[in-house]
Amino acid sequence: MLKNKYFLAAGVLLLAVIAVVVIIFMPRHTDQQAREGIQIETWSLKNGARVYYVAATQLPMVDVRVVFNAGAARDDGKPGLARMTNELLDHGAGDWNTEQVLERFDSVGAQFSSSAHRDMAVVQLRSLVDKPLLTVAMDTMAAILKTPRFEPAELERERQRTLVGLQNQRESPEQLAELAFYSAVYEQHPYATPVLGTEESVTAFKRDDIINFYKNYYVGANALVVIVGDVNRSRAEALAEQVAGGLPAGQAAALLPEVPAAHASKLIKEEHPSTQTHVWLGQPGMTRSDADYFPLYVGNHILGGSGFGSRIVDQIREGKGLAYSSYSYFMPMQRKGPLLLALQTRNDQAEQALQMLREILTKFIAEGPTAEELQHAKKNITGGFPLRIDSNKDILEQVAMIGFYNMPLDYLQTFNKKVESVTREQIMDAYRRRVTPQNMVTVMVGKFEATEPKK
Amino acid sequence: MQWRLMSLLLMLAPVTNLVAADNSVDEFQLKNGLKLLVKQDHRAPVVVSQIWYKVGSAYEHDGITGLSHVLEHMMFKGTERFGPGQFNRIISENGGQDNAFTSHDYTAYFQMLEKSRLSVSFEMEADRMRNLMLANPKFSEKSAEEFKKELEVVKEERRMRTEDNPRALTSEQFNSVAYSNSSYKHPIIGWMSDLDVMSVDDLRQWYQRWYAPNNATLVVVGDVQPKEVYALAEKYFGAIAPQPIQAVKPRTEIPQIGLREMHVRAPAQVPYLLMGYKTPVLKTLKKEDQWEAYALEVLAGVLGGSRTSRLDRILVRDKQIAVSTDVEYNMGSWQADMLLIDATPANGKTVDEVRQAVGEQVTALKNELIKPDELDRIKAQVVAHDVYQKDSSFYQGMELGIYETVGLGYKQAAEYLPRVRAVTAEQVQQVARKYLNEDQLTVAILDPQKVTIRARPRALNSEHHH
Repeated sequence: MLKNKYFLAAGVLLLAVIAVVVIIFMPRHTDQQAREGIQIETWSLKNGARVYYVAATQLPMVDVRVVFNAGAARDDGKPGLARMTNELLDHGAGDWNTEQVLERFDSVGAQFSSSAHRDMAVVQLRSLVDKPLLTVAMDTMAAILKTPRFEPAELERERQRTLVGLQNQRESPEQLAELAFYSAVYEQHPYATPVLGTEESVTAFKRDDIINFYKNYYVGANALVVIVGDVNRSRAEALAEQVAGGLPAGQAAALLPEVPAAHASKLIKEEHPSTQTHVWLGQPGMTRSDADYFPLYVGNHILGGSGFGSRIVDQIREGKGLAYSSYSYFMPMQRKGPLLLALQTRNDQAEQALQMLREILTKFIAEGPTAEELQHAKKNITGGFPLRIDSNKDILEQVAMIGFYNMPLDYLQTFNKKVESVTREQIMDAYRRRVTPQNMVTVMVGKFEATEPKK
Repeated sequence: MQWRLMSLLLMLAPVTNLVAADNSVDEFQLKNGLKLLVKQDHRAPVVVSQIWYKVGSAYEHDGITGLSHVLEHMMFKGTERFGPGQFNRIISENGGQDNAFTSHDYTAYFQMLEKSRLSVSFEMEADRMRNLMLANPKFSEKSAEEFKKELEVVKEERRMRTEDNPRALTSEQFNSVAYSNSSYKHPIIGWMSDLDVMSVDDLRQWYQRWYAPNNATLVVVGDVQPKEVYALAEKYFGAIAPQPIQAVKPRTEIPQIGLREMHVRAPAQVPYLLMGYKTPVLKTLKKEDQWEAYALEVLAGVLGGSRTSRLDRILVRDKQIAVSTDVEYNMGSWQADMLLIDATPANGKTVDEVRQAVGEQVTALKNELIKPDELDRIKAQVVAHDVYQKDSSFYQGMELGIYETVGLGYKQAAEYLPRVRAVTAEQVQQVARKYLNEDQLTVAILDPQKVTIRARPRALNSEHHH
């Protein structure tokens, strides 16, 4: 298989931004669909699980993703619990122990993975649609969701691995910055929880904690099944039933509390033996269904969301050579996900770069984008539409987003029109109301001793 | 010239009743030597265009390391026609995305666009093949200024990727010890001390030496008609004159005649083991010996790379002496490479214990034939992956570009599936015995130098990284 671990991209920058943007915004798929948007079919299972399905017949494969409203925001005082539960699902299920589960997937060339984020817990399968192969893969996935064993020995091993993972996290100034940022921005709100947990919490997990979490959240009422691939509607119905139909109905997770508005400016400096300082600047931003979504999104495209050509990259990287990667984004979530502006630069330049980031933001709020910038951003966003719906993988991302956040089914069809209709005034108005530079969290992780700016 | 490659998939007896995906590639050659490969993918009205130059860090020598990569950055700094930043700007205005990447073996630039905009990319890509501002004496002042800034950007990139990443730092130093004279000993991004002394002149010479139609392959994948793409390529690239390309001396790695061991003492939290056995790759093997590379590929899959492979199963889950392992073998390299094994010890276990356990698994590969179900699993994964990868036109383009650029020829990419499927347990044992020997092994150990962190890190977590 093709491996290309060893290359450098000129702009991680751009890739970085694309990665984020793709997850958040981008659609994808087949020819006429590309023009009209994706045709999503939806239905529900008896236990309340919602199913979103898109036929994509060009390749003999299918992606099946089940998303639960069971991310780290549900940790409830036990940081890392959502992630540990999600991680342990495939460590033995039904009649099969861990080795058997893994071998069953590999033996049919299926790719199975699971992950936990702040809002979501995800379980995902990619398989060929050839019946004997898909049957093995789907039987295994169904067992994983319905009858995970959560054996004590498996928990113990995963606990030990996670503890090393937590140690390892402390090597990375970027990851330290992220931890400090979420903690300071969200304080007592569930989004403050560290997804991987803490040494204290991970050490303390009991098997019952895992089982209870699973029983509460891995239920029909809390599940979304997304199917994209070369299966017709009736086969899709059968797959959905097979993978999620056996879950008890249960209850949908309660609404998360609102994120309180940012109320003070905070500066957190963490000493780290690195040559660069990672600078993260931000505050609570917007929700996925935010009334200001489009003005904030299009505005951010100009501010720092589109790589080269955006103000942050133009001034910090192109203008001053201060950073390789610098960007801003809103991460829309169930409740207000963060607005973030970030960069990393040589320790002695950190104050200067931070100052620039702040000035760029302040000026943007005060003056808004120019008419030319706005026109350019619209051309980029709308002109790139076909590009965003051109693979099964991206269709899956889009549909899962639409389903999980209960966006309208014509979200993709109306996306360009909504982008087009954003005015300069709306952007200025939205940024003035929603972004408060005087109440920002600033995180700096780097080496501060003896690195006063050289002038 | 043009000829069509029939889908090799059609000739296989797949383990599944796969629809034979269309693997055909149209090949054209312009008079100036530019090769054009077109692969049709009509799933969506989009196109990916990639231009691959036969130059990368492995073409560099002591003192000029990092030159190819810095040049890649400078390729966005404008020509006389399209000034600094215009390339990105125009692609962006057309709804496109563009970027570039540099490896040991190649430098590539790409654009992803709605299909009708392909000419936008061709026009600018052709222009910057020979007309870069930094090569034009008229703009020497402007170029010096842009270079000065961009060099700082690259140094920041190096700090971010390597200096502040203990494992990357270990890997970089490992390569510099494992290789004696191969140019793979140099980091792609270059040594900081070489970046410090790099000049615009160095870049100009490098650019003029390698950026020419007869040293490039243009790869286009998407909802396009090959003949139309060819006409477009003729229109924009056709007038560029070929240049004499003076090949670099091969610097074939001398045989390693004894174990190499090294330590990296750096600020870190967790120890790390990295091992590499010198191995041939497709390009360095005679045609009749190329089965060895495919056998090494299967061997790598048996040992690591998936959760059912041996190191994960035995070291991580069974004995619990490691928390993670990985194995990597890159058969598509331009020069002789290594089969790499890395591992992170479990808490309370030492790097030596892990190394010992890895050694046992390597010995087992030599002493016993791998089991039929192991071999079958690898093959099933390879067959499935061949379908999955068609979900990404970018990946399909990369595969063609790499094979062509390292000199294997793009047609060899289509051999991957049948050749891997033909590998036998005996062949895996043979290559294990031939190449996984301690005299050709280099071992690096990261010894974490823990620093006291005064401000205790708050809660630890991880979400999406970007």
